Order: sequence, then C-alpha cells, then structure tokens
Amino acid sequence: MPDLHDLFDQSASAVRAARYWSTRTARLMIGVPDYETYVAHRQAKHPDQPIMTYVEFFRERQQARYAVGKGRFRGCC
Amino acid sequence: MSTFNNTSAPQMKLLWIAVALLGAVAFAIVALNRGEAVNAAWLVVAATCIYLIAYRFYGLFVANRALGVDGTRQTPAARHNDGLDYVPTNQYVLYGHHFAAIAGAGPLVGPVLAAQMGYLPGTLWILAGAVFGGAVQDMTVLFLSTRRDGRSLGDIVRAEMGPVAGTIAGVGILLICVIVLAVLALVVDKALIGSPWGTFAVFCSIPIALLMGVYSRFIRPGRVGEMSLLGCVLLLAALIYGKTVSETPSLAAYFDLSGETLALIIIGYGFVASVLPVWLLLAPRDYLSTFLKIGTIALLAIGIIIVRPDLQMPAVTKFIDGSGPVWAGSLFPFLFITIACGAVSGWHSLISSGTTPKMIENETQIAFIGYGAMLMESFVAIMAMIGASIIHPGVYFAMNSSAGLIGTTAEQAAQVISAWGFTVTPDDITQVAKDVGETSIMSRTGGAPTLAVGMAQILSSFLGGRTLMGIWYHFAILFEALFILTTVDAGTRVLRFMIQDLIGNVVPAFKETSSWTNNIIGSALSCALWGYFLYVGVIDPLGGIWTLWPLFGTANQMLAAIALTVCTVVLFKMKRERFAWVTIVPATWLVVCTTTAGLEKVLSPDPNVGFIGHALKYGDAIAAGQLLAPAKTLGEMSRIVFNDYIDATLAAVFVLVVVATVIYGLINIRRALGNPQPTASEIGLAGVTAGGGHA
Repeated sequence: MPDLHDLFDQSASAVRAARYWSTRTARLMIGVPDYETYVAHRQAKHPDQPIMTYVEFFRERQQARYAVGKGRFRGCC
Repeated sequence: MSTFNNTSAPQMKLLWIAVALLGAVAFAIVALNRGEAVNAAWLVVAATCIYLIAYRFYGLFVANRALGVDGTRQTPAARHNDGLDYVPTNQYVLYGHHFAAIAGAGPLVGPVLAAQMGYLPGTLWILAGAVFGGAVQDMTVLFLSTRRDGRSLGDIVRAEMGPVAGTIAGVGILLICVIVLAVLALVVDKALIGSPWGTFAVFCSIPIALLMGVYSRFIRPGRVGEMSLLGCVLLLAALIYGKTVSETPSLAAYFDLSGETLALIIIGYGFVASVLPVWLLLAPRDYLSTFLKIGTIALLAIGIIIVRPDLQMPAVTKFIDGSGPVWAGSLFPFLFITIACGAVSGWHSLISSGTTPKMIENETQIAFIGYGAMLMESFVAIMAMIGASIIHPGVYFAMNSSAGLIGTTAEQAAQVISAWGFTVTPDDITQVAKDVGETSIMSRTGGAPTLAVGMAQILSSFLGGRTLMGIWYHFAILFEALFILTTVDAGTRVLRFMIQDLIGNVVPAFKETSSWTNNIIGSALSCALWGYFLYVGVIDPLGGIWTLWPLFGTANQMLAAIALTVCTVVLFKMKRERFAWVTIVPATWLVVCTTTAGLEKVLSPDPNVGFIGHALKYGDAIAAGQLLAPAKTLGEMSRIVFNDYIDATLAAVFVLVVVATVIYGLINIRRALGNPQPTASEIGLAGVTAGGGHA
C-alpha cells in the first residue's frame, strides 16, 4: 500500500507547480513577463543600477505592450 | 519532447503507425460518408491525428532540414536579455503567449461562412492550408525574425528585398489593417442589431473595463488576477441581467439599435479608446478578452468531446458552384479566401515577427512554438466548422442570408430555403430565436451569431439544458464582440502610429506621439479610414459581409503571400534553395488564389461578384431614372456606385502590391542564385553557445 502522506505531498506539489506555470503563462499572455526573472537578471548583470518595484515593472510592461511602432501587432485572426 | 521526436524506438514506431491508422479511418468516415449524419467526434479525431503526424514528420523536417535551426546559436533573448522585452522564456509558457496573440475572430468566423458549401471543402482547406501553408509561414517568419534580433516583417522585407519593396509592403500592411478592422467591426455590428440583450452586455463591458483599469492602477496596483476575476464576475452579472433588460420594454428600447447607430457608436468608441491612456480602458479590456478567449476555446473543446454532436450540414452542398447566399463567388478561389485565418493568416507574420522571437530560448523550439501554435489555431477553426455544421442547415441559411434574398418573415424564409433543398419549417426558425432569447435570428449575417447558436447548443446540452441556451448564446456573442472590439481598439492605435509616421515624413512635428493634438488628429483619421468601410458595409444592400468578407480574406491571404515570398527569397539567399519548395508551393498557391479573387472582385461582369459590374448596374439604373433596392433615392444610388469604385480600387491595389512583391522576389532570387556566397543578412554567428551570455 502506498504511503498516503507521500501521495498527498506529491499531489500538493503537483498542484503548486501547475499553479506556478499557469500563472506565468496567463501573465505572459497579456504581455507581463516574469518579475522574479527580471529581478534576478538585474541583480546578476546590473547590480549597481536601480531595480523597478513590481508596480513600476507592471506599468512599464503595460505601456510597452501598446506602444506600437516596434511591430507589436496582436489578436486579429 | 525528446521522446516525442525519437522515432527510432520500436514502441514509438508502433505508436506513430497507430496514430496514422486511426487518422486514416476517422478521415475516411468524415470524407466518404454520404447520406448518414457524421458524428463531430470523427472530425476531431481525424484533425488531431493529422496535426500530430504533420508536426512530427513535416513541421520538424521544415525546421531541421529546410530552415536549418541551430541549437548552438545564440538567440536574441540571450543576446539582449533585459528581463523585459528580451527574456529567454520556457517554451510552453511562450507557446501560450504566442497562441493567445494569434488567436482571434478570423478562425471562428471564416469557417462558419465557408459552411455554406458543406463542411467538407472547408475542412480540407483548414487542414491542408494549415499544415502546408499557415504553419510553415508562421514558423519561417518566426525563424527569420529570431535570426534578426526580433525585427518586424516590414524591416525584414526592407533588408532582404530593398527599400522599394519595403515601402510597397508597408502600404499594403496599412491598407490591410484598414479593411481588417472594418470587417471585424462589421461582424460585431451585425451580431448586435436589434438585440437588446447582447447590446446591453457588450456596452456594460466598457464601464467594467474602466473600473478594472482604476482598480489595477490605484486600488491594488498590478494585481492582474484579482482585477480579471472582478471583471469576469461583473461581466457575468451583466450577461444575466441582460435577459431582464431584453424583457422590459422600457429598458430594451435603449439597447434596440439599428446597424447605422451601432456603427457610429463603434467608431466613436474606437476613437475614445485610442485617445485615452491605455491603462484606463484598452489594457483591462484586453486582459479580460484574452482570458475569456482562451477559457471559452477550452470550454468549447471540452463541450464537443463530451457532447459529440452529429453534423447536420451535408458534406458538400450545391452552392460549390458559386450561387450561395452567404458570400459571393465560386469554390475556387473564394473558398480559400473565406476560411482565412484558420488555414493561413498573413496577420500571423506580423505577430511572429513581434514579441515572440525576442523570447525564444533556443532555435530548436521554433517548430513547437511557430508550427505548433498555428496547428492549434487551425483546430479552433475546425471547432468553428463543427459549431456551424451541427445546427439545422435551414436555420444556418436563415441566419446567414440577407433579407433581400429570403424576405423578412419566417414563412417567406422557410419557403425560399426549402426551395434551395434544405427543408425547414417556419417553426424551426422561430423556435431557435425563442430558445436563445431573441425576437428573430433571421439574416444575422457575419458568422458570429451562427457560431453562438452552435456553441449554445453544445454547451447547454451538458451545462444547464434548454433553459440556459439564451445565456450561452449571449455569452458567445459577448465573447466574440469583446475580443473583436479589443482588436479594434488596438488596431486603431496601430493605424494611428502608422499614419503619424507616414504624414510625419512631410510634416515632421506630426511624428511626436505624445502630443495631444497629434493624438486626436491621428486617432480621428484612423477611425475615419476603417469607419468608412464599416459604414459602407452596414448600409450595403447585400448585407455587407456578402461583399466585404471576400475583400477581407483576400487582404489577409495577400499578406501571407507577401510573407511567404520573403521567406522564399531568404531561403535562396541562405543558399538553401534545395528546400525552397516548402515556401514556394504555398506562396504560389496563395498568389494564384488572391490575384484571381482580387481581379474577379474588380473585373467580374457578374454584379454579385465584381465591384465595377455592380457599379455599372446601378449606374445604368440611374441613367434610366430607376431606383434599385435598397436605395430609396437617386442620391443613395450614386453613393452605392461611388462605394463600389472605392472597393474596386482597394482590391486592385491589393493585387498590385502582391504582383510587385513577387516581381521583387524573383529579382532577388535571381541575384542570390548568381552569387556563390550566402547573402542573407543575419545577426549573430553560428556556433556561439546558446543561452547564458549577455551583450
């Protein structure tokens, strides 16, 4: 008989992983990439420069999604 | 992925043989069955098996052999990694992003209109067009853009084919945007005419979006999940309350609007949405419609699998001869134009050279994202075809034929449609209207209402039964209207920037995009451009869709022809001409289809097909002092003639743009063949280890 605790832990972590990936996918669908990745990148490559807070990051991405002219076409056909 | 790609293991070989056999059996049932109703599940099984085999044996071949994707080559995401635009992104997450960006109204509406010829011709083109055309185009453009730092299609044309070809393609893209916006807005307009329930729900989405905008800006900044949930709940409440509105005459009167009024409201809305800051109206609506779109597509797929409805529409109808009431023209070339985005969409070439190439982790993922997402889009088109084919064919024609053909009462319509060979009673037609909570469903052209009836039938048979049919019908209308209007908002802004750029060449001050004066003038100009065609479509005697949808489809397929021509040129310049047939074949087919269709729209003497023929017919009547329906005055008569000439000019310009691009393509191919060295202007070198590095 399988250990019920193990089974529970496994399914709980599977649910967590599903949630994590679906949240990331849903956010990128509306043009907001992963914030943690952005922070990690800034810390690793530009440690001397300021890092946007999540709200600043979100606003910057929102503005960029609709700042046309850089070939940002979406959702037509 | 690695197990999926590995065919050498004997188990995998057996598995692929099983998939092929299953697909062949399902396909034979769908294609060869006559007389008996075919279950939609066979169509789903056949399509799925074909997509799997196409991806494994053709998509990967094109990527690995023809394009020569290089897993060791650095991608723009790694080279320019900034955590914002350029981010190496997990391929499954990026697949979702790319699919959400390419999926829209096209694959849902086109197949519904194509169903007038029966489900089989359209289905065959959706499958073949996607496998050999659309998916190859999306993937190749994605590949080219990835090798060029994520440059746009226009830039790639300029760099690989010269500035003149670039300008011609740019003008083409601008005109295509105009006609796309106009026709999509027309679909919404046609779906909401005289429908207080639907109109109320769609109108409510505006204050809801404003509320969401304020919420995510000031109350809980950046909380997308919360605000989307709030928006969805409010939208659902508006949808349910809409029934009460439609049943209360004093309230219903406010939302019972004519096509002309709705057109003016949509144009005005497009203007306001383009002028306002994006966070207030455009962005929240976009979020809401993106999530609703993905959710509804998933729900529809589940519904079809659970309910497994029978297809009522015959496999092939007599309208393949071009005499059909839904849209004008014969099977070749117009069927291939009508399906549009479910098989090949030029619009995707703009998206594949937009944000996606900047996030590709490794070139080996290009096939999965570019080719794979288009196969999913094609599957959405198959579901739309199923949605249109499971409803009573008589009801289908009652919904999609203009009042000029079938009259305005259910009795007249039933008589006319039964005479076409689709036996239907007046009760069949009125019962559907009653079920979905509308006063009439006749002449609701444009595809969206038909799909909504199909979806309502599928969804209500496993969620809610007949009592909820009205809710499901209006939910489907709301979902389509919402993301079409989001396209209209975003498209108006795109047009505005293009116009500012164009006029800015003459008046430099006009290029400044942050100026309010420029903003307002630019927005007004872009709304006037597409608004003109929308209004013309609304007052069109034949119902607008009948005349304008082929023009929309032609425009879209022409853009695909341009994109595939560029892809071909680059393959020659890369010295990969051995494999260039992978893009030459679809490019040739599209050029033949679109120029034939474009020329027929201009020159055909049949006034139902050709714009000039139609203008001459009305011109002769004016000379004789006669009035032709639906014009009521001589002034209206001359306006129809004028509009015909505008439409004819537009169709002629489309043809010229494609012909010019093909000529430039041939010149560049000749030049590339004469040069023993590869001449494609790629960025980055082969062999630089992918991933990691930062410029």
